[in-house]
Amino acid sequence: MICAGLDVGSRTIKLVTLDGNDLKSQVAATGANPLKRCRELIGDNGYRRLVVTGYGRHLVAPALGGEAISEIKAFALGSHHLFPGCRAVIDIGGQDCKVIRLSADGTVQKFEMNDRCAAGTGRFLEVTAATLEVPVGSLGNLALGATRQITLNSLCTVFAESEVVSLIGRGEETAAIALALHEAIAVRIAAMSKRVNIAGKTVFAGGAALNRCLGRLIAEKLAIEMVIPDSPQTVGALGAALLAREGD
Amino acid sequence: MTTDNVTMWRELDIDLKSHDRLLGALGPIYQQIYLSQRNRPEGMGFFDFVVGDIHGIRVRELREHAKNGGKVVATYCVFVPEELVWAAGAIPVGLCAGTQFSVPIAEEVLPRNTCALIKSSFGFKLGKICPYVQASHLIVGETTCDGKKKMFEMLGQYQPVYVMEVPNKKTAASRQLWLEEVRAFKGVLEKLTQNEITAENLSAATQLTNQRRRALKRLYDLRKARPVPISGKDALLVTQVSFYDDAGRCTRQVSALCDELDKRVAKGEGVALEDAPRILISGSPMAIPNWKLHHLLETAGAVVVCEESCTGTRHFSDLVAPGSDGLDGALNTIAERYMNIHCACFTPNNERLDDIVNLTKEYRADGVIHYNLQFCHTYANEAVRVEKRLEEEGIPLLRIETDYGDEDTGQLKTRIEAFLEMLRK
Repeated sequence: MICAGLDVGSRTIKLVTLDGNDLKSQVAATGANPLKRCRELIGDNGYRRLVVTGYGRHLVAPALGGEAISEIKAFALGSHHLFPGCRAVIDIGGQDCKVIRLSADGTVQKFEMNDRCAAGTGRFLEVTAATLEVPVGSLGNLALGATRQITLNSLCTVFAESEVVSLIGRGEETAAIALALHEAIAVRIAAMSKRVNIAGKTVFAGGAALNRCLGRLIAEKLAIEMVIPDSPQTVGALGAALLAREGD
Repeated sequence: MTTDNVTMWRELDIDLKSHDRLLGALGPIYQQIYLSQRNRPEGMGFFDFVVGDIHGIRVRELREHAKNGGKVVATYCVFVPEELVWAAGAIPVGLCAGTQFSVPIAEEVLPRNTCALIKSSFGFKLGKICPYVQASHLIVGETTCDGKKKMFEMLGQYQPVYVMEVPNKKTAASRQLWLEEVRAFKGVLEKLTQNEITAENLSAATQLTNQRRRALKRLYDLRKARPVPISGKDALLVTQVSFYDDAGRCTRQVSALCDELDKRVAKGEGVALEDAPRILISGSPMAIPNWKLHHLLETAGAVVVCEESCTGTRHFSDLVAPGSDGLDGALNTIAERYMNIHCACFTPNNERLDDIVNLTKEYRADGVIHYNLQFCHTYANEAVRVEKRLEEEGIPLLRIETDYGDEDTGQLKTRIEAFLEMLRK
C-alpha cells in the first residue's frame, strides 16, 4: 500500500510516495494556498498513511488526516536512509536553514536553525538573483565562473540587496557579485555548523543544494566530506514517507 | 469594564483610546492561552480574576493607599529590596513590561535594537497606558543592564526615577558598595514617605516578604511531582502576579492553591500526560503578559516544570536571614540576600550554571530551554557557557532568542517540536 510524505515548505511543496520500495516524487510551488496545492499533488491517488512536515505541516496534516513531524526529524530520517553512514545534515530551504548532527543510528543529537530572518536561505538567493537579472537556477554556475573575489558585508536579505545594487553601480563583474553572495551564505552556514559541532559525512539537502557553488564553498570551509542527494529538495518528504511506512 | 475604572484611569491621565485597545487585545489572548487549558486547579480562579480586572481593583487599592498619604514605589527588577519599601509604609509594585503592544510607541524614541523588555516598559510610560506607572510616586531602576540604565535616564524626564547601583562582581568591595546602596535606598524611601524605617518595621516587612517567598517555593516544589499538578503557564502567572499583588494576600492565595495541589499530588493527578517532556526554562525574565514560550511548549505537548529566571526561582529562592543586631544587622542580611541572586549581570556568574544543573535534577526535567530576549547581551552570551556546561552534564539544551512579537512563531514551533522529538526518542 502507498505511504506518503509531504514537505510543505515556504516556497515549494514536495510529495514522496512509497509503494513498497517503489518511490515517486513531485515538487510544486507552494503559492498562496498550500492546502489546495497539496490536494492537487495527491490527486486521486489514495494513500494508506500520511506524514507531513515543513512549515505548513500544522495546516495540512489535520486537513488531510496525517501526522505532523518537524523538518529536523524528517531530514534526519531521509538523509540516514539515503546515506546510512552520514553524521550530519545541512538543509537550506526557502526560508530557513538548519544544521543537524546525527548519531550513528541516525537520531538527532543536536541542531541549530536560523531564527526569524531569511539571511542565508534560498529566499536570499532568489532575491539577489532577481537583482542580478539571473534565473536562480543558474546563479551557482555564474558564480563559479567569477574571475575576481569581492566581499559582501551584509547577510540581511534586504541590506544585501542594496549592497548588490551599489556593487552593480560600481561596475563590478556580475559573476564576482554572485560569488560574494554565495560566500556570505557559506560563511554563515559554516559558523552554524561549528556551533553544532558536526563531523563526518554530511548530507547537503534542501533546494539550495541544487546550487553547485554553494555546496563546494561550504564543504571547503568546513573541510568535511559532503554528499548531495540526486534529489536534494525531497529529502524531507522522503523522511516523512519513510516514517509513514514504518508506522504502517 | 466598569465606569469606576474609566473615571480612575482618566484621573491617572491614561490614554483611554490606546488603553482600550490594549485591554481589548488581552482578553482574547488570555482566553486562548489560559482559560482554554484543561484540568486547571480551582485555585487559579483568583489569578484569573486578577488578570480579568488587571488595571482595576489593584490600582484602586494603590490609589486608596495614596489618598491616605501612602506612597507607591514601582520597580522593574528583583534586586530592589522590597522589604524596605514595605517597612517605610509604601507599597512596592513590580511593573510589567511584557507586551509587544507598547513596543512601537517606545521605538519612536529608543533604538529598535533594544531588548523588548526595555522598550515595552518605556512604551507604557510614553504612551500613558499603564495605570500602575501612572499611580506610582517613584520608579526605582537598577544597573543590571546598560540598556535599562540609559532608558531610566529618559524615563526620569517623565516621572521621578531613582536608580540603585547593582555591582557586577561579588568581591568584598562590591558587597560593600551594594550595602551602601541599600542604606542609601532606605534614606530615599524615608524622605519620600516621611516615615522612619526601624528595626521593628523592617523585621515585620521581612516576615511578610519571606512568607511570600516560602509560599512560592512551596508552589515550585509541587511542580517536582510527576505527573506535574499545575501547568507551567499557570505557575508562571502566579509568579508574575506576585510582583504587583499585595504580599499578604498573595501568600494566602498561593498557599490555598498549594493545598489543592498537595491533594492532586497525593492522588497522582496531573495536568499533562505522564510521559510529557518536562522542561526547565532558564534565562531572561518573562514579564506579564509574556506567555509566549510557555504557550508554544505546552501546546506542543511538553510541560514547563521550572523557571530559572527572575520571574521564577531567583524571585524567591533565598530568604532574608533574621538580622541579629538591630537595624544595621537587618540591612546587612537584606543586602546579602539580594547579592546572592545569580543574575547574568555578574561576572563571573558560575553559580547560575550550577543552579541550572541542580534545578534540572531536582525538577526531573528532561531538557532545558535557554531563553533570552533578543538584544539581551548578558544572557545571550552567558548562554554559550550554559550550553557547554549542559553538554558536559549530558542535559539536552535548546537555545531560543526571541522577543514579544509573533512573527517568529513558525520557526520557534519547528525548533521546539524538533527538540521535543529528540527528548521523546
